[in-house]
Amino acid sequence: MEIRELTCINCPMGCLLTVEMDGDEIKEISGYTCPRGKTYAQKEVTNPTRIVTSTVKVVGGKRERVACKTAHDIPKDKISAVMEAINAAQVQAPVVIGEVLIPDVAGTGVDVIATAHAV
Amino acid sequence: MKNVDIVIVGGGPAGLAAAVAAYDNGAKDVLILERDEQLGGILNQCIHNGFGLHTFKEELTGPEYADRFIQQVKERNIPYLLNTMVMDISPERVVTAMNREDGMFEIQAKAVILAMGCRERPRGALNIPGYRPAGIFSAGTAQRLVNIEGYMPGKEVVILGSGDIGLIMARRMTLEGAKVKLVAELMPYSGGLKRNIVQCLDDFGIPLRLSHTVVDIEGKEHISAVTIAQVGPDRKPIKGTEERYTCDTLLLSCGLIPENELSTAAGVELSPITNGPVVNESLETNIKGVFACGNVLHVHDLVDYVSEEAAKAGQIAAKFAQGAIADETDKEIVLKAESGVRYTVPVTIHPDRVDDQVTVRFRVGDVYKDSYVSVYFDDNRIRHQKKRILAPGEMEQVVLTKKQLAEYPDLKTITVKIEGE
Amino acid sequence: MYDIIIIGAGVIGCAVARELSKYNARILVVEKNEDVCAGTSKANSAIVHSGYDAENGTLKARFNVEGNRMMENVCKELDVPFKRIGSLTVCTEKELLPELEKLKERGERNGVEGLRVLSREELLAIEPHIGDEVVGALLAPTAGIVCPFKLTIAFAENAAVNGAEFLFDTQVNKVYADSGVWHVVTDEKEYEAKAVVNAAGVYSDMFNNMVSERKLHITPRRGDYILLDRSAEGFVRHTIFQLPTKLGKGVLVTPTVHGNTIVGPTAVDVDDKESTATTAEGIDSVIAKSALSVKGLPVRQVITSFAGLRAHEDGHEFVLGEPEDAENFYNCAGIESPGLSAAPAIGVYIAGLIREKLHLSEKGSFVAERKDILNPAKLSLEERNELIRREPAYGTIICRCESVTEGEIIDAIRRPVGARSLDGVKRRTRAGMGRCQAGFCSPKVMEILRRELDMDLTEVTKSGGGSYIVNARTKGGE
Repeated sequence: MEIRELTCINCPMGCLLTVEMDGDEIKEISGYTCPRGKTYAQKEVTNPTRIVTSTVKVVGGKRERVACKTAHDIPKDKISAVMEAINAAQVQAPVVIGEVLIPDVAGTGVDVIATAHAV
Repeated sequence: MKNVDIVIVGGGPAGLAAAVAAYDNGAKDVLILERDEQLGGILNQCIHNGFGLHTFKEELTGPEYADRFIQQVKERNIPYLLNTMVMDISPERVVTAMNREDGMFEIQAKAVILAMGCRERPRGALNIPGYRPAGIFSAGTAQRLVNIEGYMPGKEVVILGSGDIGLIMARRMTLEGAKVKLVAELMPYSGGLKRNIVQCLDDFGIPLRLSHTVVDIEGKEHISAVTIAQVGPDRKPIKGTEERYTCDTLLLSCGLIPENELSTAAGVELSPITNGPVVNESLETNIKGVFACGNVLHVHDLVDYVSEEAAKAGQIAAKFAQGAIADETDKEIVLKAESGVRYTVPVTIHPDRVDDQVTVRFRVGDVYKDSYVSVYFDDNRIRHQKKRILAPGEMEQVVLTKKQLAEYPDLKTITVKIEGE
Repeated sequence: MYDIIIIGAGVIGCAVARELSKYNARILVVEKNEDVCAGTSKANSAIVHSGYDAENGTLKARFNVEGNRMMENVCKELDVPFKRIGSLTVCTEKELLPELEKLKERGERNGVEGLRVLSREELLAIEPHIGDEVVGALLAPTAGIVCPFKLTIAFAENAAVNGAEFLFDTQVNKVYADSGVWHVVTDEKEYEAKAVVNAAGVYSDMFNNMVSERKLHITPRRGDYILLDRSAEGFVRHTIFQLPTKLGKGVLVTPTVHGNTIVGPTAVDVDDKESTATTAEGIDSVIAKSALSVKGLPVRQVITSFAGLRAHEDGHEFVLGEPEDAENFYNCAGIESPGLSAAPAIGVYIAGLIREKLHLSEKGSFVAERKDILNPAKLSLEERNELIRREPAYGTIICRCESVTEGEIIDAIRRPVGARSLDGVKRRTRAGMGRCQAGFCSPKVMEILRRELDMDLTEVTKSGGGSYIVNARTKGGE
């Protein structure tokens, strides 16, 4: 029986979660104060994911970078592949908030979208 | 001189939320004065996610969160001036501001809402010894350079202070290809949010060294190395624990200070603990008609609470500007922060001015586990709430209802304290 | 061939350059840093001593008192902030009170006017925060405070306007005379001149020793200081010195012309002539020692600490003029305290010697007056709006702590001997000198420097050389 201690990252509460594992099987999760905490713990021990935020090169605008994020969380082990794609990308101004900048980034099925306007 | 019902100093999250709430509560003559070239304040450079879970029930980035409020301001056609610096606020609420187009001008406001935010504690205030070379940045300055300007300060980074901006920048610079060697924190606990420690440090294997500080900075022109040492309970470096790290960048994330120079000039009384104005239940300062909200009032952990507090300030300022607030009240309850509670906002409550409830926000001075947040109405404990964890990095609050207050007509003092049992 | 080459663009080199620029002469100032006022001149107490301290008959005494008398006019001509606030030398031990009388007599012999010994009661009336142990003080009403950056910059600008040339980022490696001609060797080139002025601060022994058998030895003496925010303005009204006791020389507490408060310095002899690193012990001792003369120093208002090096010569005296064995090589060596106070007088003295020797004639076109960067805060509302209409850059505040506009920063960059770095802008305009210590304004000032000097942001420096601020674009460069 393995005990994994996690800090929930869903919200700034930072609940301390305890997951009892038996191999790959989750035996018990405790310490969460909302359903998302439980889901997070389940996911974090089986398939950890993150939202990646960064900037993308912009040409033809006032500033040369625009803020972006993955529209949803992506597998944690894909972070560097996603960053590579983000760093290689270049978009043309103007960009509006929410616009898809990189569809299906690094084969994750998740788009990178603009999180700010670029004029 | 131009007359405006409500002048809002600052177009960041606090100013925007205050403007929208003021408008929605009947004040149609509102003006936001913003010093930057866009609305949104410091949120524009906070491109990481984690904003808005409370307000919008979704996880937004800083610019997205700001944009939600900017859209609300625009929908209401609330006027705002960009690139406009407020130079002075008089006790009579004459606001002097300046920009390139209009020059220097004065506005007579019925109510003023202070929403100037805060600034970072610089190196000098920390008295770190050593040389004074290039390559030392407050984390927020580096954040602006990286996220807005698109430039990297360096490739090998040491961070002093585990404030949230420092933690966020540890991840940000790592993702941009820099090597973040460690985060040193003077205190035995982190000043940042747990989630940031997990997501920004643990995810990337960046060590967090609690009870450590920078004791020397090397490099005459540009920083080349720092020496870190462990500190004792007196926070003084312990001889023999020094470790040297080469680096080309030192980021400082050692606390935020509300930016109250304008407030002071207006005669606003400040709290020595928060460095923000002393306010009553209406978030009104000692200067009548001058309200404060957001990080200029006290440094918040979450922008959601900034918006919530600012909306309250906007709502009350709107009432004030419409002459709908009782001028004098004869009853005043004083709030006291004791045993572990560092301060409360507000500091006084006039129960007859409370609509339905008043939110008392505070921070604790140490980490407390399985402790109780207690509220005493004079000698009667009216609230005793167990908390699994209380930490200095996180803001706490208790809500007092008008009904509760009405039950104690002779109430003089409300005490908020942390109790072990 | 130049008539005169001046090594070092500190306050002394620039004062000499300015005085010499009154004459028909080709003048070159060579400076190893990227700007004027980058060594000892930038990190000191920023005070103008009255002149009671130096021993009777010394050069220090003579030039201090002369410089003090000249300071007001020089600062008026060059539009430099100077305030004659007076100094107080406080005594904390009853048995040492007679020392104050001795200092007074010494000062009077040096020609210092108005010296007076005050009782504790008299002192309290003018300085309410005086320490509990203070029993009396020597008041020197002629003492003052000056902005050392502005004074040095003003000397340099005025010299440049009158034809002196400045060469920065240029280290002098060798000086030698050949057939009556002086050769000044730098990394790039060799320059020739009829006369050389050695105003190299802590390096002045090195240059003297290259050309003279009358060897000098300078010990860099480090002094740590702390600087308090302007919000502590008024904490003290005079420059407050401590009468030395058995425990050593104390520290001074003084207002600056800009409303900050300076406390320091320590005195630590070091080997390295660039060793301007502060130490925790130094800062702690400055704070601890200040408690002897003032109580309740608002330590929370400290916005920065810094260290400066004083060029202490073994003879404990200024070394001015030609060594016997090096004709037309003019030393300004060992210029430690009261060097800033003495600077105008040293400038006149050295320029006078050179003028006589080289038979320089006066220049009819000499422009004596220089205007500082316009401070819009001193204008009326109408004047300010007129200025902004004409020059909209004066309507944009860049440094919010010190209320510095874009117009002032552009002026600082464009004027003669203009700013080329963040520190250059800071010393000329105070942008970045306030309580946030450039946290907010540095990206904006960087952008203005980039635009004005037509360079890439990666080329913008804090203070020249390798002091870059950013070194690459995000996204792996481009």
